[in-house]
Amino acid sequence: MKTYVLSRLAFLVLMLFGLLVITFSISHVAPGDPARLAAGPDATPSMVETIRQKYGLDQPLHVQFARYLTGLARGDLGESIRSRSAVLDDLRRYFPNTFELVTLSLAFAVAVGVPLGMLSAVHQNRWVDHVSRFVSVSGVAIPAFWLGLMLQLLVALHFQLLPLGGRLSLTAAPPEPITHFLIVDAALRGQWATFGDALRHAVLPVVTLCFPALASIVRVNRAEMIEVLRQEYIANARAQGFSTFRIVTRYALKNAMIPTLTMIGLRYGWMLGGTILVETVYDWPGIGLYAVNSAVSSDFQPILGVTLVIGLNFMIANFLVDLAYGWLDPRIRRHATAA
Amino acid sequence: MSTPAAPVRPLAVWLAEHESTTRELRRSIRAFTRSASSVAGLGLVLAFLLLAALGPSIVPYPEDAQGAVHLDRKLSPPSAAHWFGTDEVGNDVFTRVVVGARVSLRIGLVITLVGALIGVPLGVVAGYVEGKIGEAIMRVTDMFLSVPSLVLALAVVGALGPGILNAIIAIALVWWPGYVRLVQGKTLALKQEVYAEAARAMGAGRARIVFVHILPNALSPIIVKASMDMGTAILTAASLGFIGLGAQPPYPEWGAMISIGRNYLPVWWWYSAFPGVFIYLTVLGFNLLGDGLRDVLDPKSRGA
Repeated sequence: MKTYVLSRLAFLVLMLFGLLVITFSISHVAPGDPARLAAGPDATPSMVETIRQKYGLDQPLHVQFARYLTGLARGDLGESIRSRSAVLDDLRRYFPNTFELVTLSLAFAVAVGVPLGMLSAVHQNRWVDHVSRFVSVSGVAIPAFWLGLMLQLLVALHFQLLPLGGRLSLTAAPPEPITHFLIVDAALRGQWATFGDALRHAVLPVVTLCFPALASIVRVNRAEMIEVLRQEYIANARAQGFSTFRIVTRYALKNAMIPTLTMIGLRYGWMLGGTILVETVYDWPGIGLYAVNSAVSSDFQPILGVTLVIGLNFMIANFLVDLAYGWLDPRIRRHATAA
Repeated sequence: MSTPAAPVRPLAVWLAEHESTTRELRRSIRAFTRSASSVAGLGLVLAFLLLAALGPSIVPYPEDAQGAVHLDRKLSPPSAAHWFGTDEVGNDVFTRVVVGARVSLRIGLVITLVGALIGVPLGVVAGYVEGKIGEAIMRVTDMFLSVPSLVLALAVVGALGPGILNAIIAIALVWWPGYVRLVQGKTLALKQEVYAEAARAMGAGRARIVFVHILPNALSPIIVKASMDMGTAILTAASLGFIGLGAQPPYPEWGAMISIGRNYLPVWWWYSAFPGVFIYLTVLGFNLLGDGLRDVLDPKSRGA
């Protein structure tokens, strides 16, 4: 298992380097002149030149890349033109919000998606199956931003059940940060009113963001479960008189979970992408909204920072999925170590 | 050689000669039509294509698609004259949504085609050549796949600046890795097949093996993926439009329409509601069609 973990870790580092090459290339093959953008519209040519030298934009590309890497190693992700603050500080402020949103959505998607997929496989072509198949085809087709707007329209404005957007009501006192995760901090500080308020604000964004993930988890888990339930060891368990519930949860689920796990890992990454839309709709102060606001005002460093953070998270998620694979299926572990 | 009277070969002869092909085709069509969701998908896609083809000539107010201004009838609710209501400058939302089908079709086609044209050759090379070149192609592909496409597209549009053309370029640039992955895997498997082996033994060159023996057999999964991608690409472009980085108003693109319509919620709800329904139905159609095609063309990979 140790060699397996190490080989996966080496792969992670390689991928991270590649990601840096990609973000760097995007920022440097862009036709716009970053120095001119940074200097602002009223800058004289000499001011632009000063900025060009200050940021090393007059150096050859490989020198700039080396500078970029050493900067990153020191935590320097550049500066936001819009907020005039270091991108790293902005990301520190916004990322916990996004992380909370994505984690809640993923937890919700798994908690609903896996049982729904299982039920649907056990009761093929019954109404549960029809409902879950409708969810799974709609989930990936429905535009998240539109679903968000319609939920706001119906749930928040028409029925006034939940807040329209944001993280907290103006009247709620934000808790002193401990973990920087608002919901967790509110609970740790015992501020239950704030905790409830934060949860109410999270419901619609979580539902909107989790929908595509929920859909694909149901789909994969259903297909896999149907496949596994056809295997001989399941027939054997049935012959021995075990209940369907026991067979499904104890014997079938672990095998059906392998492809489902891949989907969960993938979906975690896509959810991070989806936060761009969902946070824009719900005015959720995370890195997605930060990236959009930066992109709209041609503020480039923050977008690269967000791309890096999302890429890194996605890679770590896939790394964890690989580890879980090795745990679920010893054959994979052995094969990867041998290769 | 079979019939000397070549100019008037009856259909029956042609059918007899191609019996196995037509039998296969009939079987596939039967399998496809047995599934209600596949037929629904095909129906939605055909309706979408019809709208895209005829759209501008059947809509009630063609001039509204280009951004005409009729302030006297702005923001009026859905009625017999304006099925989907009107927007903030009095344009008929129904007209703009229908014309938007052509815009979306064009966007989907360009992105999917460019993605496949870059990805398929790279995938064939990576799968066929293996070694260092194949390894390098796959590593770069993995890196691109390690960031969600919407995020990468956002970064590229951020660099290029907003606009429909830049959005299409950005999405197309991040779209190919999926094809490389798919085709590489397929090529790896196909070149081990006995018939590819036999062709190699008979001295067929690389190009012949790739074009005659591998690509035609890899075509089914590519078609299935392309069908799914049409929907996803349209969705991604609409997302960029919604953020404000894609199509710019008054261009009749669905995402951009929702983006503006959002400012007029909740009172003038029809403005952003209807374009969204069309995005949903279009993407749904291409997904269901892709699913149906996969069940018929490529049954082994079902559920993947």
